Amino acid sequence: MTALVIRGGQLIDPAAGVDGLRDILLKDGRVAEIANPGKLKSSDGAQVLDATGLTVAPGLVDMHVHLREPGQAHKETIATGTAAAAAGGFTAVAAMPNTAPVNDSPEITRWMQVPDRAATVRVFPIAAATRGSKGETINDYAALKSAGAVAVSDDGLPILKDSVMREVLAAAARVGLSVIQHAEDTRLTHFTGGAASMNLGPTSFKLGLRGWPAEAETSIVERDIRLVTELRDARPHLHIAHTSTAVAMAAVRQARRSGLRVTCEVAPHHFLLTDEHVGLYNTNAKMCPPLRAAADRDAMIEAILDGVVDAIATDHAPHAVHEKEVEFEHAPNGIIGLETALGLCLRWLHREWKLPLGRVLSLLSAQPAALLGLKGRGTLAVGSFADVVVFDPQAEWTYRATEGRSKSRNTPFDGFAMQGKVRWTISEGRIAYNAESI
Amino acid sequence: MNPASTTSRRTLCTPPVPASPFPYNPGSLLSVMDLSLDGLSRLLCRATELENMDPLIRDRILAKRRVALLFYESSTRTRTSFELAAKGLGADTTLVSSLSSSIEKGETLKDTGLTLRALGAEAIILRHNASGAAWLLEQETRLPVLNAGDGMHQHPTQALLDLRTILAHLRPGIQNVDAETLTGVTVMVVGDILHSRVARSNMLLLPRLGAKVILCGPKELLPDLAAVCAPGVTIERDFEAALRQSQVVIMLRIQAERLAGMQLDLNEYKTHYQLTGQRLATHAPQALVLHPGPIIRGLELTAGVADGPQSAILEQVHNGVAIRMAVVERALTAAMQGGRA
Repeated sequence: MTALVIRGGQLIDPAAGVDGLRDILLKDGRVAEIANPGKLKSSDGAQVLDATGLTVAPGLVDMHVHLREPGQAHKETIATGTAAAAAGGFTAVAAMPNTAPVNDSPEITRWMQVPDRAATVRVFPIAAATRGSKGETINDYAALKSAGAVAVSDDGLPILKDSVMREVLAAAARVGLSVIQHAEDTRLTHFTGGAASMNLGPTSFKLGLRGWPAEAETSIVERDIRLVTELRDARPHLHIAHTSTAVAMAAVRQARRSGLRVTCEVAPHHFLLTDEHVGLYNTNAKMCPPLRAAADRDAMIEAILDGVVDAIATDHAPHAVHEKEVEFEHAPNGIIGLETALGLCLRWLHREWKLPLGRVLSLLSAQPAALLGLKGRGTLAVGSFADVVVFDPQAEWTYRATEGRSKSRNTPFDGFAMQGKVRWTISEGRIAYNAESI
Repeated sequence: MNPASTTSRRTLCTPPVPASPFPYNPGSLLSVMDLSLDGLSRLLCRATELENMDPLIRDRILAKRRVALLFYESSTRTRTSFELAAKGLGADTTLVSSLSSSIEKGETLKDTGLTLRALGAEAIILRHNASGAAWLLEQETRLPVLNAGDGMHQHPTQALLDLRTILAHLRPGIQNVDAETLTGVTVMVVGDILHSRVARSNMLLLPRLGAKVILCGPKELLPDLAAVCAPGVTIERDFEAALRQSQVVIMLRIQAERLAGMQLDLNEYKTHYQLTGQRLATHAPQALVLHPGPIIRGLELTAGVADGPQSAILEQVHNGVAIRMAVVERALTAAMQGGRA
């Protein structure tokens, strides 16, 4: 394998405590050497990438994406989803199991990782916690883990029954897997006339749409924390997916103070937008959990700045254009996010709200990698995987969904100002994205 | 964590809500908010002119223009009056209803709209069971779309004909309205507010003319947050207390088709919220009684009230034709007028 040198860039590796000008040598898919500018010992014959004026950081890790394969290739494939990931600076994505069929078996878990899928960056499957994600029968976690699953979740649906959730937490703890909960008490969000399609509040009333109450999230989070408390001797790891409400975040904060292994992620749309961004029935602003009230959005920002949030995750959920061009309450939930996460985080978390760049990058790489137990990722220490993102931290640009690499276009961020443009994304020593070769 | 970030939190700047691109077509009437008070006055005046016009002259205004009625829900009043209104102006109308069209075969609203446009429809009158459907149809076809009721959301022509009825009784002769036309008037809306597009339209329209709107009903059908949705709107759960303050009473039907598993004790509802002759005589002997229909005699109001001297229910129906003539005419001429201006 050819060697790569990234020369002259500002290396920011929060996990290794590095923030300075460095040259980096990548060889055989690993970080071989890091040195002050011009001081690499063995870079002969390597391809050189000039990163002068650019930031060099560990490749981003998105612990929550939907790649739609197997079964829904018209929305996205592993190839197109990972191409979008690479364009957004991600070198590792954790793929949720709500595919068709549901990924509840070692066979599908392996199928997602073979070279035939043509993934541009690493895909780490998250396996279903229960058979068919029906919330009843627990899967064989040891077998799923040895097939490559990095966590278990029934994402898209909650694990609703107390007894089942307790067993899931205990069984996952025995094999060292995290349990990722989609916190939605569907008894409060699904009605005989249809499901809630946006946050319950003045806006949903005005629009005449059935509302998704915040309690549907908080009651599940509080129940789960109770179960983790009861099982604390087994040290289960509970991770709350796409946290969206102030009360749920307060519960996570409290659980953490009590020393429990409870972590959470927040999606960019939940710390940036509110239910008012639904506008007049913009189906590209419809997702689950929905955009919340301003007070909830503000609580997400505060929790990120305070360090309570463990990871930024996109919940990248592609849907075909025709699937979203329907009546709001009939449109599927979900928006894409891989190509906007870095630009939004730098524009808002860093520039606007003054979160140091190292902390922003940590939320997008080192911390999610640690949550998923991805060894040698989320850092560029010598010996780590050569997963790198090189970006211009000052570049300002406008995102156009039609120019994206995802198969789908469903995003509320079309036309939004972004900061920070990816120049190269390198996955295990291979250039997975090069902004100038499009 | 540190004091600096606490300070910055209070002044956090966040992404603004983008301006609404609707309506795309100046002839559309999606919500009562699409009309300025001047536009509203013009419509009210024009409704009267059209109503009084020689039918044989009126018939030439939209002669042979094509208007499609697209109805996903059953309707008697709205459908018939839109049809009579369009025909009264000379337009050709065609009715597509969900039960006798390709909608049954799974054709989407977008494709149905594009099909009607390809067939030559110059405006579409849409009744749909999903909130927001009229916005989707307008966005996809860019035709003038007249919202004849979308789910639980809006029913602008109903609010306009309610206003015409209210003005005729409380402000006779006035058609040029302004922000104080209804100052001193309290209108109460009673019953199933949660599922009512009529309530949502009236609570947006009437306060703009200076009226106070009181919403009245049980918590299941009238959540507290309804009051914060529009200025000039308050909640009074005591029916009789609300009656004593009101000059106009708009009764609503319990929408069984939208209750969706909600448990509602109808006998208890009647005990607290049925408009009876006794209640009306005791608490609001002068009030005007309105109802968007269909009425269910013996449920939200008694037959005696429906047929009584204070009831203007059939007058509302009658006013619907005039209002809808003005609205249909606007739909097919607004773009031209905009072009000339």
